[in-house]
Amino acid sequence: MGFLNKLKEGLTKTRQGFVEKVSGVLSFNKAIDEELFEELEETLIQADVGINTSLKLVETLRTRVKERKLKDASELKEVMKEEISKILTGDKEKNNLLLEKGKTNVILVVGVNGVGKTTTIGKLAYLLIKEKYKVLLAAGDTFRAAAIDQLVIWGQRVGVEVIRNQEGSDPGAVVFDACKAAVSRREDVLIIDTAGRLHNKTNLMEELRKVARIIRRELPEANVEVLLVLDATTGQNAISQARTFREVVDVTGICLTKLDGTAKGGVIIGIRDELKIPIKLIGIGEGMDDLRDFQADDFVKALFNEEE
Amino acid sequence: MAVFSSLAEKLQETFKKLKNKGKLTEKDVTEAMREIRVALLEADVSFKVVKDFIAKVKERAVGQEVLESLTPGQHVVKIVHEELTALMGSSQSKIIISPKPPTVVMLVGLQGAGKTTSGGKLAHYLKKQGRQPLLVAGDVYRPAAVKQLQVLGEQLGIPVFSLGTELSPVEIAKKSMEQAAAKGNDFVIIDTAGRLHINEELMEELKNIKTAVKPHEILLVVDAMTGQDAVNVAESFNNELGIDGVILTKLDGDTRGGAALSVKAVTGRPIKFVGMGEKLDALEPFYPDRMASRILGMGDVLTLIEKAQANFDAKKAKEMEEKMRKAEFTFEDFLDQLQQFKKMGSFQDLISMIPGIGSNKKLKDLQVDEKEFIKIEAMIQSMTPQERRHPEIINGSRKQRIASGSGTKVQDLNKLIKQFTETKKLLKQFSGSAMMKKGKKGKLPFKFPFM
Ligand SMILES: Nc1nc2c(ncn2[C@@H]2O[C@H](COP(=O)(O)OP(=O)(O)O)[C@@H](O)[C@H]2O)c(=O)[nH]1
Ligand SMILES: [Mg+2]
Repeated sequence: MGFLNKLKEGLTKTRQGFVEKVSGVLSFNKAIDEELFEELEETLIQADVGINTSLKLVETLRTRVKERKLKDASELKEVMKEEISKILTGDKEKNNLLLEKGKTNVILVVGVNGVGKTTTIGKLAYLLIKEKYKVLLAAGDTFRAAAIDQLVIWGQRVGVEVIRNQEGSDPGAVVFDACKAAVSRREDVLIIDTAGRLHNKTNLMEELRKVARIIRRELPEANVEVLLVLDATTGQNAISQARTFREVVDVTGICLTKLDGTAKGGVIIGIRDELKIPIKLIGIGEGMDDLRDFQADDFVKALFNEEE
Repeated sequence: MAVFSSLAEKLQETFKKLKNKGKLTEKDVTEAMREIRVALLEADVSFKVVKDFIAKVKERAVGQEVLESLTPGQHVVKIVHEELTALMGSSQSKIIISPKPPTVVMLVGLQGAGKTTSGGKLAHYLKKQGRQPLLVAGDVYRPAAVKQLQVLGEQLGIPVFSLGTELSPVEIAKKSMEQAAAKGNDFVIIDTAGRLHINEELMEELKNIKTAVKPHEILLVVDAMTGQDAVNVAESFNNELGIDGVILTKLDGDTRGGAALSVKAVTGRPIKFVGMGEKLDALEPFYPDRMASRILGMGDVLTLIEKAQANFDAKKAKEMEEKMRKAEFTFEDFLDQLQQFKKMGSFQDLISMIPGIGSNKKLKDLQVDEKEFIKIEAMIQSMTPQERRHPEIINGSRKQRIASGSGTKVQDLNKLIKQFTETKKLLKQFSGSAMMKKGKKGKLPFKFPFM
């Protein structure tokens, strides 16, 4: 099964919700009129695209319709695809995880509570092992009850070791140990779990800043990827999350989880548009195989239900 | 807060255009509704819910008499706020208690919503009320979910029933009932694994648990940050399983929380509790009016005006005015006024609320130290009645006494007295009746020493 098909399989629900509605709106051989634009705006808003981005997209469409003298509603679909794809693709160079063999690579995983950080780490470790990377995990969530055990179970599942400390201990200390271990054992990738924190809690965000500083200090040569995990079920607050986390740690990519539900995930369009953070991975289930590379072009194609 | 205030500003702009008094016209309402719609959608209220709501409110608002103290736009917001509050129901932070113990509560919801933590909090809440809850570890799927509940139970000193992860959650729930009966627990709280509402197999499992233990309360745990999907989730869980109430979690974040409205609108079930933090005592009752303000994101436009109207004793205000005009204003009056203001909420909020001042950039950025507030209060309270009425008698030794009595320094007191005298002078110049009305551009009609 090619990537696109796998992606599409996982995105079925998204597609059903989002694209079918869009297609429904667009493909009835209708003329382009005010009502159509309104329906389109409605569909976008219902997909969590957010009112600002939705209005912007619809505005762009209006301009295109004039420029290209479009007449039929179905033509709008192509234009819509183009526009969303343009936003999601952004700067292509940066759309993949920052990983180099023969170098220490660190992936710091951050986000609010319950978005799927720990699960994503399990899945990501599995993915990287399959690509022949040597992977080490660090149980940096020393706060939530049994969060360490959760990561350890994932470690056993996929066969990687977990650097850990006591629950309630300083997360900085675990991260420090893990950085040392990653170097001495010549691991390729160190993935660090962190406690979920709401981005408006300044003290917890400071703690995160400290963790990032320790990584920089201990591994000055390493590639550091800071992966922000966002839950596709989240509405407009995801934008606020992305903005605040980026202010505190240098977020280099986003993993959008829970796309196997009915949530449309449209919020990433707004985030990509406003904050220019590339979406790198998507989560489409709770199994270890349920993580996919995010590819903007394919993602949009899949969204619009097109074959490879 | 930045988002909130920009929205409030936008509203103010709209409202400026709507100046005419009398009855609310169709145009007033339509203009205001456009902003309300944006506010609700930005707050993640479901598109459909917004649509219905706006239609309903529009109908109600047109033709209403505009309150003297408000602009037509503000009046529309007031109506919207009332309707929102009504829609979310009254405060109902109660769990149905079965006449025949144990009362069985089952927690359900999507992955990561906060079921396990809420279970711990609920157990703690019940224990504080003298109940003897039993927590049941029914999430056998997520790694270490059982352990998570056990750790919480240990922290709280509340028993946790678990049978590992081999047995089915249905079996576990059944067996837990036997244990509750044997140990005399009057509450059983069953944690379940997070699941997607479209996962038929797992929804079936919940139904089986329901059939097996006949819970008195099935509570849907919903993340307050949920977007448009909240309606689908709530509808599915309610249709498939039938829910009795909702726990809204992670409200200590900065989300506007429109999901609260969506969930209530599609299920008709009350929000019983809200989660306000990661600590186990951070479970609070749900207040519909607070939630309405939060969703609207314009608490500073309306709620505070209402509060001010309700709390500021009109007669006292009149007396004060009189005194001010005659410059008989004493520390006693001052203390009185301070306390009046304190009733209304934070000073910062209050400033932004005063008509004509709220939009003044310089004043809005003005940092009022609320600690300063407390200090001043303490100093005045340490004065004798005589001193309060005649501050000129406060000499060196009196100052010493007042300062030590209030835990402040003499310098603080000097500052207060100096500023008080100045304020009094200012008041004399100022014609009293304008006090509660619009101040001159950018200039406060009165000045407090701590500003
Ligand atoms: N359906 C689904 N569930 C997920 C996905 N990613 C994580 N989860 C679930 O979401 C819940 C919270 O995940 P967890 O990794 O503990 O979140 P954390 O608090 O951010 O570490 C768990 O029940 C996970 O199994 C996903 O892509 N799809
Ligand atoms: Mg975690």
